[in-house]
Amino acid sequence: MTTHTIPYAAGLGERGLLRLATAGSVDDGKSTLVGRLLHDTKSVLSDQLAAVERVSRDRGLTAADLALLTDGLRAEREQGITIDVAYRYFATATRSFVLADCPGHVQYTRNTVTGSSTADVLVLLVDARKGVLEQTRRHLAVAALLRVPHVVVAVNKIDLVGFAQDVFERVEAEVQSVARDLGVAEAQAIPVSALDGDNIVDRSTRTPWYTGPALLELLEALPPSEDVRAESFRLPVQLVIRPQGAAVSEEHREYRGYAGAVASGVIRLGDEVVVLPSGQRSRVVGIDLGSESLSEAFAPQSVTLRLADEIDISRGDIIAAAEGAPEPTQDIEAVVCWLGDAALRPGQRLLLKHGARTVQAFVRSLDGVLDLDDLHAVSAESLSLNDIGCVTLRLAAPVPVEDYAVSRRGGSFLLIDSHDGRTLAAGMVGATLPSAPPAPVAPEGDEDFDI
Amino acid sequence: MTVTEVPSPARDQTLRADASPAAYSTPEREPARRLTQLDALEAESIQVIREIAAELERPALLFSGGKDSVVMLHLAVKAFWPAPIPFPVLHVDTGHNFPEVLAYRDETVERLGLRLEVASVQDYIDDGRLRERADGTRNPLQTIPLLDAINEHRFGGVFGGGRRDEEKARAKERIVSLRDEFGQWDPKNQRPELWNLYNPRHRPGEHVRVFPISNWTELDIWRYIEREDMPLAPLYYAHERDVFQRDGMWLAVGPVSQPREGETVERRVVRYRTVGDMSCTGAVDSPAATNAEIVAEVAASTLTERGATRADDRISEAAMEDRKKEGYF
Repeated sequence: MTTHTIPYAAGLGERGLLRLATAGSVDDGKSTLVGRLLHDTKSVLSDQLAAVERVSRDRGLTAADLALLTDGLRAEREQGITIDVAYRYFATATRSFVLADCPGHVQYTRNTVTGSSTADVLVLLVDARKGVLEQTRRHLAVAALLRVPHVVVAVNKIDLVGFAQDVFERVEAEVQSVARDLGVAEAQAIPVSALDGDNIVDRSTRTPWYTGPALLELLEALPPSEDVRAESFRLPVQLVIRPQGAAVSEEHREYRGYAGAVASGVIRLGDEVVVLPSGQRSRVVGIDLGSESLSEAFAPQSVTLRLADEIDISRGDIIAAAEGAPEPTQDIEAVVCWLGDAALRPGQRLLLKHGARTVQAFVRSLDGVLDLDDLHAVSAESLSLNDIGCVTLRLAAPVPVEDYAVSRRGGSFLLIDSHDGRTLAAGMVGATLPSAPPAPVAPEGDEDFDI
Repeated sequence: MTVTEVPSPARDQTLRADASPAAYSTPEREPARRLTQLDALEAESIQVIREIAAELERPALLFSGGKDSVVMLHLAVKAFWPAPIPFPVLHVDTGHNFPEVLAYRDETVERLGLRLEVASVQDYIDDGRLRERADGTRNPLQTIPLLDAINEHRFGGVFGGGRRDEEKARAKERIVSLRDEFGQWDPKNQRPELWNLYNPRHRPGEHVRVFPISNWTELDIWRYIEREDMPLAPLYYAHERDVFQRDGMWLAVGPVSQPREGETVERRVVRYRTVGDMSCTGAVDSPAATNAEIVAEVAASTLTERGATRADDRISEAAMEDRKKEGYF
């Protein structure tokens, strides 16, 4: 590989990558906000902007409708809504951003789950005139469950309430209260007008009472994504690489490597590792990235490990740090976001994918579903589309899962329909739902004793 | 650059300019550096390629000789090294490709010892299975030969070089995109794609399109080409060519693109930002002759690559979406 010797032009230096997802109810102005972010960070090129201006004019609008930058499907443009996650890219001097613009309609909640699962930051839009709605609760619940490291609340359309401080503070308090109940670590609120650009890239003069950062300032200042490098080392083996055939050069005839993406932690040459679920131990003697040999690798690099001993390792196994490796188990308690059209019921058989392993599973019991009105678990017979519930699963083979709270990678799984292959649920091992507040205890009275 | 290289102080500042030391505890085993954006993109793409190759019985990789498919192939080499790439490459040849791109395609296939399958639009036109369109563009005609090739070879999935930043309908794509037996894409019914767990399972008759470089922008592609020191087909670099202007684009004079009445031919120094059919891919005036010069040019460009160079995307507001739904990319 080459090392750069030429100085980069401005804006071409190596930047970190931050993934953000948007959420909020229909008509909260998400697409407009995203369009505004792209436009104001100069990420919109002139031909894209020209197309938006042309379409806006054709529709008799007086100003360019920035939502058109992201609503790419015909039905979206016809209905003025966002149907599916759109991925957008923009960059500032210090950061590159991958933005998943997620629709607000309840039937597309699975897209919010999709966007949140990889997000470092969730930007949740709330309409200043409407405050917290069911979708706001749902999206905060998703953010809490999926443990999105940061939540930012954009209180939008602040221009429509006359830039009123008391309205903003009321909405902020309401959101914070729901966030607290759901266990969201932090939810910083910003008053914005996506339409006019107030507090998006630059601080607005129209909200003098607000002294915090503009949205982009905050996004640039957030600490870098969850540092999975600090967790214990894990590498789910995707492939065993054993070159065969005439084309393989002499020096690689004996090559045997275990290819995968480092899910968490750091691995160095000489480190002791354990293979799960077999429990066999060995030592790392080689780390390859393509034809390049490394002395260390860390999450999320895709590498190939070579070990000192010829042990039996196959796709789906996990190579882990020798100390503190998780116990493989066939019984899992988890919270799932149900994304299937047909309901989930106890006794159902499906497939579970964790890391690079897929095993058969069945639903032992359904232990509760999140009630979005009072934000705690209630009992249920089945889980419907978009429900969030607790389940107990039995697996056909032991899998070394970890608590999602400890490791986003080690604790996440998919449930898959074994007949048609559809993804039915996003699962988080060991997660729990808020239980009902304890009923008030009756005051102690005189106790009657039978004599 | 190598991953083990300890960054120079100046570089370290750019790497950590956004890090707040108090934000996370420093683990004992902190690696020498954080992943840069290009390294992170590379890692994600390699993971996708490996996962799909492991999950599907017979994938194929769409390879046209264009820059995106070249990057994809380069990533595939890294994914399986030192073993050879374990799947064939497929090219849907419209018959209107630039000869130098086809030559580059063949050289690359030869160099890497790959098996190349070609689905030829020309064959379909010659035997009457397809008819030439009135506007002469052949891009929409690629769908049927592609689907036939997928069925004939029973490919469970095909890797494509589509990028979300290219166009608005593509921005809606998943990395693993399910297609029905007609190759159709239903944007309203896409699979949730969670964490980095990819699920390419499907029913018989269906297949998946997989886009490992979904999250790369045009600039990322060029920076990577420069970093990895990859040579591309010559028409990506500045060269002299006979061109004429149509629809605000420089079209090459060739067998399928002749100037009409009132269009005058000029000899100019141009290069191509995208490579498609000669009939509808425009060149841009450019003196950029090396990867590094192209990186600088792309970074400063105020036009998207397709806006600057592709007539076939201008047909309608929803042109790309329609073609995706029909089973084209």
